[in-house]
Amino acid sequence: MGKPVLFVTRRLPASIEALAVRDYDARLTPSDVAIADLLVRAEGADALLCCPGDVLDAETIAALPGSVRVIGTFSVGYDHIDVAAAKARGIRVCNTPDVLSVATAECAMLLILAAARRAGEGERLVRSGKWAGWAPTQLLGTQVSGRRLGIFGMGRIGREIARMARGFGMEIHYRDMTRLSPDLEQGAVFHDNDDSFLPICQVLSLNAPGGGGTRHWLDNGRIAKLPPGAVVVNAARGTLVDDTALIAALRSGHVAAAGLDVYNGEPALHPDYVTLENVVLLPHLGSATVETRDAMGRVVLAGIGAVLAGETPANLV
Amino acid sequence: MKPRLVLACLTTDAVVARARAEFDAVIHEGPGDMTVPEVTAAAAALEAQAILFTNTLPLTAPAIAGLPASIRVGATCSVGFDHIDVPAARARGIAITNTPGVLDECTADHAMMLLLAAARRGLEYDRIMRQGWRYRIGQGELLGVRVTGKRVGILGMGRIGRAFAQRARGFDMQVLYHGRTRLPPELERGATYYSNFHDMLPFCDFLSIHAPGGATTDRMIDAAALSLLPDGAVLVNVARGSLIDEHALLDALTSGKLFGAGLDVFRDEPDYDTRFATLDNVVLSPHVGSASRETRDAMGFRALDNIAAVLAGRPAIDPLWRD
Repeated sequence: MGKPVLFVTRRLPASIEALAVRDYDARLTPSDVAIADLLVRAEGADALLCCPGDVLDAETIAALPGSVRVIGTFSVGYDHIDVAAAKARGIRVCNTPDVLSVATAECAMLLILAAARRAGEGERLVRSGKWAGWAPTQLLGTQVSGRRLGIFGMGRIGREIARMARGFGMEIHYRDMTRLSPDLEQGAVFHDNDDSFLPICQVLSLNAPGGGGTRHWLDNGRIAKLPPGAVVVNAARGTLVDDTALIAALRSGHVAAAGLDVYNGEPALHPDYVTLENVVLLPHLGSATVETRDAMGRVVLAGIGAVLAGETPANLV
Repeated sequence: MKPRLVLACLTTDAVVARARAEFDAVIHEGPGDMTVPEVTAAAAALEAQAILFTNTLPLTAPAIAGLPASIRVGATCSVGFDHIDVPAARARGIAITNTPGVLDECTADHAMMLLLAAARRGLEYDRIMRQGWRYRIGQGELLGVRVTGKRVGILGMGRIGRAFAQRARGFDMQVLYHGRTRLPPELERGATYYSNFHDMLPFCDFLSIHAPGGATTDRMIDAAALSLLPDGAVLVNVARGSLIDEHALLDALTSGKLFGAGLDVFRDEPDYDTRFATLDNVVLSPHVGSASRETRDAMGFRALDNIAAVLAGRPAIDPLWRD
């Protein structure tokens, strides 16, 4: 019996493409651009490995060849896949949960430090060749150690950030729907309302899911409740932030600095962000480490393999 | 009558205000910090008893010999004192103090920032954003290296090195270190000691430098040391530029031997080797390890406290030597 056919819609890390070739009759796609002829290339495939940006809506899923038994997505999020339509056709869907919490938390901690310590401005000064030496208030940042950190959304990633922040002697507060158990809380202070939470946030890290319930959560009213000189970091979803409000606060100095990995409408972003010195901007690369992308590939391939073997993998959506 | 002080370096408003309130002070207003001739002239005119300065003032033996006899104490607003000829100061009976303890946390924060930024390509990403982004980045493209759970070697396990180790533990990093002597267990906190620096290097996914400058550590990070690191290692330096052979470092960064580097200090400052600015895999900052407002205020206050103590006939808080 031949190997099952796996259609991979995008270029993946070389180690993962090698695994795919080892275990499957793999149709690789050495491109980062979403492909147009997905249905044609899926013909005869047992499995699809797709990425965010590929549109697998009800219409596309209805038109998939009957050979397709499983769709794996190289991501945690699966808002690009109509899961109900897949289920109706008996196609299983699996994703890559858990394995990117640490990398994303590292990214958030990097943004906290880089924004507070004005890393972008320092870099640009040094690279410009205009560094003239020390001056009294030149690039004075805000100390991170010993500050109060507020985490909005204390899931896996939020808790990883809390663990890292404790190494900096930060006092951890969090706002969530429900209080964590003491073993997960690890001494962090729970807030059940914004009014008690926001004024303590010398550093605010957004780690809640996107979607309608949190859309533009960080708006003018909530920003006003932050202490003056606060640092705001978002490595979760761009939709959590009202860009106009945050940009105004960055201009006035009420928010001293911000670090952003995610945006409303990415890969476009509000054009005013790039005119500001006091922001550090990353292009949604929270999970972009060699190790994490490798782990994501292994998890999704294992899920696909399990489905094809008639098993029920843990990472089934 | 207030004691007389020359404040030879630019400093924060809070430190200037305290110097004015407590001293009969000549406050330098810039644009740069005072030079040795400027300090000497100002001290002679004021019959100053104290100088507050930083590592921009090279207090060499001739500079110390030229100071007026009224000077009893020099307080450097820094931890490092490789800009001061300590034996010459001691021989002239001028007390020298520094500001240890108040900038450890801030400098360790900065080192961790550089480590994360170099590993996770933070500033390279920031440049992509400022150029507009507008394209999809492939799942295998522009990847950084993970920090959490890796091994970090620390060269120089003093206060700042230990503060840095504490942060690294928050990332589940395994801490290795080299210093002249092994620390007691309560300071070591499980870190692995290497009495030979080169023996440690093959195990350093990350190497962070926290040793003092000066002749004994000059170019400790040379081509031989860099070649011993694992391929794809990341180097961080917030200590002194003199510890690194910058030509060898540039080679290791361009050959791909190192994944990246985060550098806050350079052999020549501010006229650093601009070849570093042509590389995407370095994160650069202009010697701002202690540059948070809280820390710069604390450093200035500490220097003023030292001066006040010596001039009041009390022991200095942070003397470079004890008689």
